[in-house]
Amino acid sequence: MASEFIRARAPAHAISALPIAARWWSGSAWGWMGVAALTLFVLVPAGNLLVPQGHMLHVSDYTVTLAGKILCYAIVALAMDLIWGYTGILSLGHGLFFALGGYAMGMYLMRSIGRDGVSGSDLPDFMVFLDWKAYPWYWSFTDQFWYAALLVVLVPGVLAFVFGYFAFRSRIKGVYFSIITQALTYAFMLLFFRNDTGFGGNNGFTDFKRILGFPIAAPETRVALFMLTGAALGGFLLLGRAIVSSKLGRVLTAIRDAETRVMFSGYNPVYFKLFIWTLSAIICGIAGALYVPQVGIINPSEMSPANSIEIAIWTAVGGRGTLIGPIFGAVAVNLGKSWFTVALPEYWLYVLGLLFIVVTLYLPRGLAGPLSRKTS
Amino acid sequence: MPGVDITHGGILYLESISVSFDGFKALNDLSLVVDAGELRCIIGPNGAGKTTLMDVVTGKTRPDSGRAFFGQTIDLTRLSEPEIADRGIGRKFQKPTVFEQHTVFENIELAKKTDKRVWPTWHAKLDSKARDQILAILDTIHLSSQAGRLAGLLSHGQKQWLEIGMLLAQEPLLLLLDEPVAGMTDEETLRSAELFVSLAGDYTLIVVEHDMDFVAKIAQRVTVLHEGRVLADGSMQHVQQDEAVIEVFLGR
Repeated sequence: MASEFIRARAPAHAISALPIAARWWSGSAWGWMGVAALTLFVLVPAGNLLVPQGHMLHVSDYTVTLAGKILCYAIVALAMDLIWGYTGILSLGHGLFFALGGYAMGMYLMRSIGRDGVSGSDLPDFMVFLDWKAYPWYWSFTDQFWYAALLVVLVPGVLAFVFGYFAFRSRIKGVYFSIITQALTYAFMLLFFRNDTGFGGNNGFTDFKRILGFPIAAPETRVALFMLTGAALGGFLLLGRAIVSSKLGRVLTAIRDAETRVMFSGYNPVYFKLFIWTLSAIICGIAGALYVPQVGIINPSEMSPANSIEIAIWTAVGGRGTLIGPIFGAVAVNLGKSWFTVALPEYWLYVLGLLFIVVTLYLPRGLAGPLSRKTS
Repeated sequence: MPGVDITHGGILYLESISVSFDGFKALNDLSLVVDAGELRCIIGPNGAGKTTLMDVVTGKTRPDSGRAFFGQTIDLTRLSEPEIADRGIGRKFQKPTVFEQHTVFENIELAKKTDKRVWPTWHAKLDSKARDQILAILDTIHLSSQAGRLAGLLSHGQKQWLEIGMLLAQEPLLLLLDEPVAGMTDEETLRSAELFVSLAGDYTLIVVEHDMDFVAKIAQRVTVLHEGRVLADGSMQHVQQDEAVIEVFLGR
């Protein structure tokens, strides 16, 4: 409301100084959304399912899975952007929320294997190898999809809420907060590495057979999961836009830029941070839940500190504080990773490190920086 | 939310407040009463406790002992910073603190008194009445022509004004202004003096200032702080003739 008003009233030079977020959605942004939707829901599914193999326009199963996986990463980058780009809180533990969502979905997928595992038992193979006779209590009801879906949201959400409440109430900020989140994900990784924890130890969950009765490796299932992921990304993008273009979004960026002023203006930053932090964690959990059936495996390495740092790199490369930037960042970095780890595997980490340094030094607003300057 | 009870004339009561940091007594048994509608200036050398006093009133620092009341009923030592702001105490910092990535208009909009919880904030809509109020404040602080500019692009003096405008938008009863004219041009300082004098009466103002000419221009009543306690209190002339004040502060 306010920005429309200013456009109508303020002189032309004032409009160019409007925040970037407002401009990303003017005009061509909707066009890009249309192109993306067409690719997601028409070109890729048709190219994979209808165009015969060997044809120039055929989209391979590998490509569909890779694209679906990258879309999951893009959702994570978007979630990271809400908390880091807009609110100024750098989390180095977002991989944890992603993995927890993935594990919740993984429990359901393990239960769906039924007796088709190697051991032929009702229990997952790893429990049979541990000589367990029954499911531990926390596996109760996980054969129900709705319950697993609930866990996907609740486990990352409740953990983030409780952790965030104590951290924000104690006014832990900046690098201290980042380090604690890093330690948190590391601690969970160690916990999940243990066989006794009951989540398959270092092998995690794999060898899934079906989801909701559909064979998990079938091209139709993969395409459906891919489209679902794309729809989720679009939905979260609209949700993110609804937040950052509202007064709530302006309070969040105000917390980033001058938290004391926010406090002395009568807003309690604790609750605002807690809201966006918990929402961000839940979005990550959902991304993890979409990731696991497509990739076919979840193990504790998803909780490694390096994974969470990579999430921050996608977001920084794409451009903090714009909604579209981090999505491009996640796509670009992961396409680069897919190519490099095949062609020049030993150089990938150097390239990633170099990319981060170059972006930090020369493109502080990420790839979206120069792009948005062009449109203005 | 209970209103502020000023039936006894006073709006701010500080009684025997002591605050110490690592053995250093920033405030030492300080007592002070400010009447509603007053324009009070607080002066004192560095380390006299001026900023600590503001910290105590706004909830940033808890006193080791003593009582701090806003009106007759509101115990400031029990409330958090946002709660105190919400009850009607606005604070301007020494270094101008505005939301630099937001426009001037949005800065006032964010400060404006309204329900400031998360959910209502998300769904807040600016009606035409609120818009007019914001425009009126922009007019008061001479920033109407800058409404659409990012606050970060303003001059130092303009940022000072914007912050004062944000305080006014909060509809406070008591304004604490920490060196509000620091870095302003003579012209801007003069306009600020006019603004503060015109605000007194409707609002209660406490101004901490080093610029003695400015204090002489606006002050109705001056309180001199020294080593964490009140050294002298009264009109500018009275204070300037006080032996103790001349010795420690005016340095003559």
